[in-house]
Amino acid sequence: MDLTITHSEVSQTRTVAMLEFEDIQHILLTRAPALAARYEFLSFHNGAGGRAWVSAIREKIHSAASMRAGIDKDKRWVTAAFTWNGLRALGLDEASLTSFPEEFKQGMAARAEMLGDTGLNAPQYWVGGLESSDLHAIVILFARDDAEHDRCVFEHEKVVADCPGVEVLSVLDLKAIPPLDYAHDHFGYRDRLSQPVIEGAGEEPTPGSGDPLKAGEFIVGYPDEQGVVANSPQPKTLARNGSYMAYRRLAEHVGRFRDFLRQHGETAEEQELIAAKLMGRWRSGAPLVLSPDKDDPELGADPQRNNDFNYKEMDPHGYAVPLGAHARRMNPRDTAANMNRRRMIRRGATYGPQLPDGNADDGVERGIAAFIICASLIRQFEFAQNVWANDRNFHELGNERDPIIGAHDGTLEFKIPKRPIRKKIVGLPAFTTVRGGAYFFLPGLKALEYLASLD
Amino acid sequence: MSSESKTQDWSKPVAMAIPKGGYFQDKVEQGRYGPIFPKTPACYGFSILAKIIPGREEVFYKYAKSIEETIAAQPDALAVLQLHYLRWVLFPIKGDTYFMYQGIFDTDFDKYTEDAVTLFGITGLRTVFENLEDFPMDWQTNPAAFIKFVRDHQCPSFLEYAEYPYASATEVKKALKLKAAFSTMLDQMQ
Repeated sequence: MDLTITHSEVSQTRTVAMLEFEDIQHILLTRAPALAARYEFLSFHNGAGGRAWVSAIREKIHSAASMRAGIDKDKRWVTAAFTWNGLRALGLDEASLTSFPEEFKQGMAARAEMLGDTGLNAPQYWVGGLESSDLHAIVILFARDDAEHDRCVFEHEKVVADCPGVEVLSVLDLKAIPPLDYAHDHFGYRDRLSQPVIEGAGEEPTPGSGDPLKAGEFIVGYPDEQGVVANSPQPKTLARNGSYMAYRRLAEHVGRFRDFLRQHGETAEEQELIAAKLMGRWRSGAPLVLSPDKDDPELGADPQRNNDFNYKEMDPHGYAVPLGAHARRMNPRDTAANMNRRRMIRRGATYGPQLPDGNADDGVERGIAAFIICASLIRQFEFAQNVWANDRNFHELGNERDPIIGAHDGTLEFKIPKRPIRKKIVGLPAFTTVRGGAYFFLPGLKALEYLASLD
Repeated sequence: MSSESKTQDWSKPVAMAIPKGGYFQDKVEQGRYGPIFPKTPACYGFSILAKIIPGREEVFYKYAKSIEETIAAQPDALAVLQLHYLRWVLFPIKGDTYFMYQGIFDTDFDKYTEDAVTLFGITGLRTVFENLEDFPMDWQTNPAAFIKFVRDHQCPSFLEYAEYPYASATEVKKALKLKAAFSTMLDQMQ
């Protein structure tokens, strides 16, 4: 018997997979140039109405191929995805339903404790009916501008009205906040800095982003980074070119965040540094590893340079980026094992009005509502939430969680390595609160047709 | 330093009795793959027991040599598991041979399950498991079946003891490094 089985045995399938761009929903591969968005959460009270809706919405959805072809002229991009309960409501048979992964079947709300959705983040406080088993589908609209957003909302109202038994549980309107020349959240942090690239998708990773990853990390039915095609839901028609999306609606407490910076920094420069230490990057996007002492907005805006760093050699002790900083937790780069098995694609937008600098918090909810797309919710999204965001002892930190998205109750710390003695902030407040979430299956276009045709 | 070791006195040995079934029912923590066995003064751990396929003993001894060589060539091969100790044992019950795989970790196994599965392939650990009865041979494409096998064959402790409770391997290694650094310093002062 061979005792020296090595990785090469499972590497025989490491050729570049041909992606079926005509069948993959656009959101998986391309970011829409949208300034406005709307998410509608739906319930199907009868299967026929649900299937009629799927059939109608299928006609509006761009594949990755059609999106690329029309990106300069098109004004809106639509995505549809379903919860496990939604697939059941559409009439999918028991054998197919059983073949989905356990975490998807249970849904995000059922897995709240493990995800860190506790205290004020708990599903009992979620809004929009997302914790309910009546949540069956989401339709995501990305629109180039407000006028197109409004037009599509009106059009979709007509589609829903024509599908008996389809109810809109809730909606969320989203909008980019000024300045509009780059993506950023309500705290002011530049966004979209570190995204994985799928092999065969035709994109080049920016320097420091690693090699393109095997399609199977993000799309069901393709070889993954271990060279195997993981078990897929049945039938293949349904699974092929599909993926999973974890939806997170995260309120950002901007007033509290700014108060915190003022409390821990006497000057504007000191406050900026505290903000940078929490994130691991300056709010401009400039990485602390490359610019540890002062901000460098030009570096932050330069995709050829703003992701080109590591931690193991360039900042092993965290003197630039604290070991518990958000960016270092959510992408530990060369300080975590098997990073290529933990990557995720992120899409989303900001909602709520911008809180102008100097204004007291107005109590209006504002935040980000994002989709984390991956082939395995449990291995990718749930690992990141459970271990990277919420393991109190990640990197032996003891009593810390992710300072931005971890579950906080005011008893945790944030330690900033510094010579000769580190700075320790105690009683870190919660800067964000989870307001809703759900797991969706994102079918390919042929799979949508299959769902629409179920009896 | 972990939060536990700050509140616990590492210099005072502690024993902990664990209820039947392995969990303290009033504080069961949920992991991604199910409930997590509690941390004890002797950290986290597992004891997996399973019957080997008759006649396969020799495979296990050959495997031991290959692991010895793997770790000699690459000492950090298992670093991701945050281990203290691993023990592999074969023992007879009524003419059959059983295998016990026991590990003591600083993190609960649930957190790094997939990393362990990856190591499983790389280090050849699959070789011994594939010689256990009822092991799912499709473990590579069906991680859920692999994890179920491990959970089904886990035998939780009912008592654990630590001479230096809750100290992590990293802390122990840091202490030894400090001791070595002080020795060097004293040498330099001569």
